[in-house]
Amino acid sequence: MYNLPLVAFVSFASLASLASFASFASPASRASVGVNLVTVAALAQAPVLVQPGAPGEPSKVVTPDQATDLSQVQYTGADIKFMQGMIGHHAQALEMVALLRTRTQSADMKKMAERIRISQEDEIKMMQGWLARRGQQVPTGKEHHMHGGMLMPGMLTDDEMKRLADEKGKAFDKLFLESMIRHHQGALAMVKDLFATPGAGQDSDIFAFASDVEADQSAEIARMAAMREELER
Amino acid sequence: MKPVVVRMLCAAAWAVCVVATVRTQQIPAVPAKNDPRVGLKAGYMDAGEAAKNLQKVATLPKPEGFYDKENPAGAPTPPERDPNLPPPPPPDPNAPPDPRFANMLGFANSDLAFTGTHAVMGNFHGFNTYDVENGQRPKLLASVVCPGGQGDVSVHGNLLFMSVEQTRGRIDCGVQGVQDKVSAERFRGVRIFDISDLNKPRQVAAIQTCRGSHTHTLVPDPKDPGTLYVYGSGTSSVRSAEELAGCSGLKPDEDPNTSLFSIDVIKVPLAHPDQAAIVNRPRIFADLTSGKIAGLWSGGDHGNGTQKTSETNQCHDITVYPEVGLAAGACSGNGLLLDISDPVHPKRLDFATDKNFAYWHSATFNNDGTKVIFTDEWGGGTRPRCRATDPPTWGADAIFDITPDRKLAFKGYFKMPAPQSEQENCVAHNGSLVPVPGRDIMVQAWYQGGVSVFDFTDSTRPVEIAYFDRGPIDAKNLVTGGYWSAYYYNGYIYGSEIARGIDVFKLVPSEYLSQSEIDAAALVGPGEVNIQEQQRVNWPAASVVAKAYLDQLNRTRALSADRARAVRAALDRADDAGAGAAAAGELEALAAQLERDARTKSGVDAKRLQALATTIKGRATKLRS
Repeated sequence: MYNLPLVAFVSFASLASLASFASFASPASRASVGVNLVTVAALAQAPVLVQPGAPGEPSKVVTPDQATDLSQVQYTGADIKFMQGMIGHHAQALEMVALLRTRTQSADMKKMAERIRISQEDEIKMMQGWLARRGQQVPTGKEHHMHGGMLMPGMLTDDEMKRLADEKGKAFDKLFLESMIRHHQGALAMVKDLFATPGAGQDSDIFAFASDVEADQSAEIARMAAMREELER
Repeated sequence: MKPVVVRMLCAAAWAVCVVATVRTQQIPAVPAKNDPRVGLKAGYMDAGEAAKNLQKVATLPKPEGFYDKENPAGAPTPPERDPNLPPPPPPDPNAPPDPRFANMLGFANSDLAFTGTHAVMGNFHGFNTYDVENGQRPKLLASVVCPGGQGDVSVHGNLLFMSVEQTRGRIDCGVQGVQDKVSAERFRGVRIFDISDLNKPRQVAAIQTCRGSHTHTLVPDPKDPGTLYVYGSGTSSVRSAEELAGCSGLKPDEDPNTSLFSIDVIKVPLAHPDQAAIVNRPRIFADLTSGKIAGLWSGGDHGNGTQKTSETNQCHDITVYPEVGLAAGACSGNGLLLDISDPVHPKRLDFATDKNFAYWHSATFNNDGTKVIFTDEWGGGTRPRCRATDPPTWGADAIFDITPDRKLAFKGYFKMPAPQSEQENCVAHNGSLVPVPGRDIMVQAWYQGGVSVFDFTDSTRPVEIAYFDRGPIDAKNLVTGGYWSAYYYNGYIYGSEIARGIDVFKLVPSEYLSQSEIDAAALVGPGEVNIQEQQRVNWPAASVVAKAYLDQLNRTRALSADRARAVRAALDRADDAGAGAAAAGELEALAAQLERDARTKSGVDAKRLQALATTIKGRATKLRS
C-alpha cells in the first residue's frame, strides 16, 4: 500500500493528458472518468481497460462498451450472401460426387471424391451454423434446383448435370474432372469477390473459412488437373 | 484386445514397460474406453471437468472489454426453428449488421508470454497483463484493446511484441476496422509496445508486412545485446502493392520477388524500437541445388490413404533455440531444421515430410536440443479432430531426434488419447517443456481436448502422465474454445482458454512423477519466457534435484536399493542445519561410486547416474564453501 499516493498521482497526470481526446471532450464524461480513476487509485489494484494510440501516441482509458463496439467490423451483407451462396455451391459438389460412385472405375477418382465429400459436408454444416447463429436464412443447398434458382460461379446447370450423369467410365472421369475444376474455380472467384468487397471478409470466422476454401480448393484443382492429364495419356 | 492389455500393464508399471518395450515404430495409444474425459457435461462456465495428476488452482474469466456482454461464450445457441413455419424473408444486404452478434474469434484468447512476476495473454482483440507472483492467485492488471488477431505476444525487457494479421487491424488500435481496400490506416504486421508500466502499455512501433504476422519469434543477436531480431511468419493473403510497396501475391514463376515463400526478418534496435525494419526475407524453402524458390512440399496428398498436406509457401511458427544455434520451422507442408547462428540469414539444414500431417504448425525442442516435436494442426483448430473415428496419427505430435549431423529422424507420434465430441474443436496445439531434470516432459494445449502432459524421454514411446479436460462449451453446437496454449512457468501450468479466460494448474505427484521431480522443476524460477524462444535450463546442485534423479533411477530399477538409501540419507544429512565437511565428504564418496555405476549402464540410466553424481558433488562443494 506504500505506493498509493504515487498511483493517484500517475492517474491524475494521465487524466490531464487525456483531456485533449475527443472521447473525453465533454465535461460530463471527463467527470465520470475522473471518478473511475479515483476508484482505481483507491483500490490500487483494480484492473484498467486501456486503448493504445498509433506508435508514439499515448494510451487512453476506455469503457467496456467502447472496447467491444464491433458494429463496424462484424459481418456485412456480402458476408451473408457469400455464406448462403457457398452452401448451394458446396451442395452441388456433393451431388457431383454422388454421381461418381456408380459411374467411375478409378480408385483414385473415388478417393479424391471422398476427400471432397468429407471437407465440403463439414463446411456446409459450419456455414449453416454460422448463419443460424446470426438469425439469417439458412439454405438447405437444394435451392438451385427450384425454378429461377440462382447458380453461383462455376456451378453446373441442370442440363450439364444430366450430361454428366449420362456418361460412364473414362468419359465420365474426364467430364467430371473438367466440371469439378470449373466448379472449384468458381469457389475461388467467390472468395476473390468477397475479399474485394469493402468491409467484407473481416469477421474472423469468415476470414478463416474463406482463406481455407482458397487454399484447399487451389490444391484440389492442381491435383485434378494432374489426374486429367494422366487420362489423356 | 492386445494393445489394451499392454496399455494396462504400462499404467501399472510404466517405468518397466518403457524400458522393456523397445520399438522403432510408434504404435498409437488406444483410447481408454472408460477415460473420465469422455462424456463430460457441456457448459460455458459450468462444464463438467476431469483431471488426473493435475489440479486446477485458479481460474480468471475474461475481463471486461474482451467479450460480448450479450453472449460471453462467443456464439449464441441457435434458436430452434419450427420447421412448419414459412422461411424468413432474405436479409437486406444493405442493412447494417446486427451488433448483438459478436463473432466468435473476435475475442479469442491466444498465446502467452511471461516476465518476472507477470504474465501476458494475447487475444484477437488486444492483450491482457496479469500479476502472477502467486500462481494460485493471479490478478488482472490491464486490458489493452488493440484488435487484429491473432495477438500472439512475446516480451523482451520493457518491450512487448504482438502479431497482427487481419484486414481489420488499424495502426491506431481502433476497433472500427478499415473499410477501404487500400488504406494507410490498416495495420498488418508486428506491433511493439512499451510495457514499463504494465498498467498502461503504450504502442511505440508497428512494422508493416505483406502477409501480416500470424505468429512471430524473438531471436537475440548472438553478438550484440542491443539488437533483437524478430522472425515474422505470415500465413494470410498478401496485400496489394498499392497499400504496401513491394508486396506481391503472385506465384514464383510469375514474380520472382513474390511475398510468398519467405519469412520476414525484422531488426529491432532496442534503444530505438521505432527504427525497427525488415532486413531480410530469406527464401528458406528454396531448392538447394536449382535455387527454385518453391523447393519443398507442393501441396496435396502422398498417395493412397494419406493425409492432404498444405503447400510449403509459409511458416506457421518458428521456435528458436539460440544456445544451440538452431531453429525448428513448422512451415505448412514441412518441418524445417535451420541453422540460425547468423539470425539474419537462417540456413536450412534439413526438412521433414510426413504423410499423416495436414499442416505443420509449431515446434518444441527438448532441453538438450537433441529432439524436436512438431505439431499438426489438422482442421485448423476450429474443427473436431479428436473424435473416436479420427486417426491417432493425424492431428498429432510427431517426435524427431536431431542426429549429430543435424538432421531430423522421425521417432514417434503422440496424440491426446481421450476421444472428444463433435462439439469440441480439438487438435494438437501449443505447449512447452516441463523442466523436470533427467526427463523430457511436455505440457500441451489441445483446444477443447484440454491440457495433456506427456513424457517423451523415449522418443519412440511417449506416455501421457497428467491431464485436465472440460466438457464442450455447448451441448449442441461447436462453439470454438478450449486451450490455445498451455505453458509451464515458475511452478505452475498456465492455460489460455480461448472462450473462458485463464486457468492455472499445479502438478500432483503420482506414479509417473514424484514430488521431488515437481519441486526440482519449480527451482527453475521466474524469468523472461517466450515459449518460441527456448532457453536452456540448468538445474542448481540442490538436494531435491538429486532426489528427482533418484526417483527416476528407482523407477527404472537402475540403482540398487541400498545405494539409493545411502544417497538419500546423505542428502538429508547435508540439508541439516550445521552440516559441514563430514557430510560433504560422504556425498563426494557416494558421487565417486555413482560415477562407477554410470559406466556399467547405458542410455538414459547412465545419463541420470552421471547427472546425480554431478549434482551431489555440487551439493558437497556448496557445503564446503
